[in-house]
Amino acid sequence: MKVVKSLQLAIVAIASICLSQSASAQDNTLLGAGSTFVYPLFSKIFSEYDAAKHVKVNYQAIGSGGGILQLTNKTVDFGGSDAPLNEEQDKKIGVPVLHIPMASGAVVVSYNVPGVATGLKLSGKDLADIYLGKITNWNSPLIADANPGVKLPDLGIVVVHRSDGSGTSFIFTDFLTKVNEEWAKKVGKASAVNWPAGLGGKGNAGVEGLVKQTPGAIGYVELAYAIQNHMPFASVQNKSGKYITPTLETTTLSSNVTLPADSKVSLTNTDNAKGYPITSFTWALIYKEQNYGGRSAERAKQLLELMWYNIHEGQKDCAPLNYAPLSKSAVKVAEKILKSATYNGKAIL
Amino acid sequence: MDARIGIRNTKSILFKSFIIFLAFVVTLPLIIVLLYIIKQGVMQVNWHFLTHVPAPEGEKGGGIANALVGSLLIVGMSSLVAIPVGILAGIYLSENPGTKLAYYSGLCVDILQGVPSIVMGIVVYFWIVKPFGFSAISGSIALAIMMLPIVIRSTEQTLLLLPPSLKEAALSLGVPYHRVILKVIVPCGFAGILSGIILSIARIIGETAPLLFTALGSNYLSTNVTGAMESLPHLIFTYATSPYDDQHDLAWGASFILLMFVLILNIVTKLITRKWKIQL
Amino acid sequence: MDKNKRLDLSYSQMKWETIFKRILSVMSAIIVIVVAGVLITLVVESWPSIKSLGIGYLWGKVWDPVNNIYGAYPFLIGTLLTSFTALIISIPFSYAIAIYLGEYNPKGWLSDLLKNTIELIAAVPSIIYGFWALFVLVPVVRSLETKIHVAPYGVGVFTASLVLAVMIIPYAAALGTSLIRMVPSPLKEGAYALGATRFEVIRSVILPYTRSGLFAGILLSLGRALGETMAVTVLIGNTSAIANTFKDIFFGPGNTMASVIANEFAEADHALYLSALIELGLVLFFVTVIINLIGKRIITRYTNN
Repeated sequence: MKVVKSLQLAIVAIASICLSQSASAQDNTLLGAGSTFVYPLFSKIFSEYDAAKHVKVNYQAIGSGGGILQLTNKTVDFGGSDAPLNEEQDKKIGVPVLHIPMASGAVVVSYNVPGVATGLKLSGKDLADIYLGKITNWNSPLIADANPGVKLPDLGIVVVHRSDGSGTSFIFTDFLTKVNEEWAKKVGKASAVNWPAGLGGKGNAGVEGLVKQTPGAIGYVELAYAIQNHMPFASVQNKSGKYITPTLETTTLSSNVTLPADSKVSLTNTDNAKGYPITSFTWALIYKEQNYGGRSAERAKQLLELMWYNIHEGQKDCAPLNYAPLSKSAVKVAEKILKSATYNGKAIL
Repeated sequence: MDARIGIRNTKSILFKSFIIFLAFVVTLPLIIVLLYIIKQGVMQVNWHFLTHVPAPEGEKGGGIANALVGSLLIVGMSSLVAIPVGILAGIYLSENPGTKLAYYSGLCVDILQGVPSIVMGIVVYFWIVKPFGFSAISGSIALAIMMLPIVIRSTEQTLLLLPPSLKEAALSLGVPYHRVILKVIVPCGFAGILSGIILSIARIIGETAPLLFTALGSNYLSTNVTGAMESLPHLIFTYATSPYDDQHDLAWGASFILLMFVLILNIVTKLITRKWKIQL
Repeated sequence: MDKNKRLDLSYSQMKWETIFKRILSVMSAIIVIVVAGVLITLVVESWPSIKSLGIGYLWGKVWDPVNNIYGAYPFLIGTLLTSFTALIISIPFSYAIAIYLGEYNPKGWLSDLLKNTIELIAAVPSIIYGFWALFVLVPVVRSLETKIHVAPYGVGVFTASLVLAVMIIPYAAALGTSLIRMVPSPLKEGAYALGATRFEVIRSVILPYTRSGLFAGILLSLGRALGETMAVTVLIGNTSAIANTFKDIFFGPGNTMASVIANEFAEADHALYLSALIELGLVLFFVTVIINLIGKRIITRYTNN
């Protein structure tokens, strides 16, 4: 019976700790979920934010689709997405949702081809054909044409795509739709599509993990993932016919556009001759009216302050992680959007 | 004639060696997995590893304190719910065999035992997460439901093995029914019930699927059970599929710790059953 | 006065007794309520998909969330293929363990050691198997695939089946062992007296006698394999398209019902999509429950005889 007594004691102790903690911690952790594209950046900004402001932000990279769904279900404070809400999602939520641009980033085509350490070049059309399952070997003459002087091995191409609903997929398929008619007709653009070929990996990390492990693999990930993992990535042909290597500069050039007031804009297949063609903004999504589901005004304010921090102080973390920071005009637009957020109809900031 | 007996005997011996070979080959994968996890994991484990939270994506260092605390809390809360309910339901089943309720709840215990853990995850998402948001509590409830059948069955089996004279003797002394059960029957079957409980904890502590959509995960050390919380198996899942070597290291360390938990719990069960000579 | 007090006491005790009994029944009723709740939740949440997609959902070959086309066929194939491959691989091993522990060596330290080791196989969390296999088994399978000239994915249906096979061995083995031990010795002794060898006794007495019980053990293993999620999700490659040739399906990436739920549930962002996923859960629930119940029934009938 001693065992039972001590078990009881332990249980009571644990329960009391939990209860006392939960009361105090309740309003101190903001919960976000969504885009894995922006996760390295958020992860950095939020750890600094915790150190500076003592507000914890728990961001779970479950994919942009997940971010939108969980925001719709009101289970998170903000969603992260690389694709703006589409009409159906808008209708399902039913109330206005604010899109706050956080940064822009490049989706790079990462590959694992033994013997080709750097400098693979790919045209958008060939890339689509690879993902359509029409080009299946690295020694295909179509790839060789774009890469004079590079010795491509006789090796099957292992196509890797996202298994989850993903803004990265949206950006990537958005680009392929713009450059390849067959892709536009057969597959289309969305955060989750019916992939004609290949393997699925969960999250940007899952895709990069598979590419890294599989000889012959090709996959698309956010630039930071490829750089941090020392994986080679391809130069992609842009609208002007030039092969552009994704870097901070080429991404910034592509994202140098005038933002519309709602900030929803597609950057892929840029007109800029020096811009990298697979680029996109990434957004944080919050409800315009912050009084829902019994949220306190204080929590709403904390959320807005976090967003404000992200578009100002947080921007300095962008460049080291290879995201393009928001331009000055873009920050102005974002500020305006944030100021339109309300609690009980009254502006919060 | 002799030759045929010889052939038959050889056949018999060959068969035996074949069976022995197959039976022991099975232990190979387990040994390989165990050794590999220990080799990869044991180097990771130190005080820093146990007391720090993971570093931001792509940075070195950090530990798994958040997952460790989260797993203990989530499993603790599951036990809090599942143990009393399970024991009492088990008592009912052993005390009232043949009633309609016993038949249906027995059937439902069998059903629960077969429900895939991922299905529990989505159901609890609709029950608790959708109305109240992601929380450690919702994860605990999903796990508690998975614990129940094991606790119930082990309680029922243990109590059925007790001699009926025990109960009759106590009742004939005028001891009220609930006291007979709680002070005589349950203490007598204590070892069996306890080993069932430990076994059920060992089973759910490694469950990932029910936590994916309930406890979600967190990078912070959190004891707020109404918020999202990390757990060991979930941390292993996210970091196993990531490309970062640092995160793989964390996942190996976490696997090692999780494995040790499971092994120790299983060994404790074995010791209990051996000491009290009970069969589950 | 004194008598009254005693009477009061026994009244209160009787009250306690009824309360206690009521608590017991409520607790066991909770189990029924939980199971009913699970079933109702699954049916209600998957209703939109059941209504709009009908029974054709089960053999629809395309799973395309963009165009709102949902067919469960790829996942049914993936689930059945992984589970049955795993089962076929595991059967010889679980039978061998059952025969060894049940007949050749039922007692002693060696048999104890083997028995405990087999139990540990079931105790290791599935995510750990998945993690280990991703880093150790996948490269091995990949080099094998290069040798037999199929696309060297490494992950895929075959790899998932291998790991599943190991994971489900203990279930059939444990049941088989106890059933073989229950074979009445007069039967065996009779056969020995007629001059049968050990092998012949096993083949002609023990196996026929325990056939239905061993079959039940296989069903329990199958139930585990069908619902297994994490190890499979990590290893199967997660693609919803079905390849054209069997070889490509078998060695290539796929998806099972459980793995597609794990991957897509948190982000299914329109109503029909979500509901189609839950319908997968409902199908999975029914299939595993039915298999388990049949297995349990066989065992009960067998042990009662």
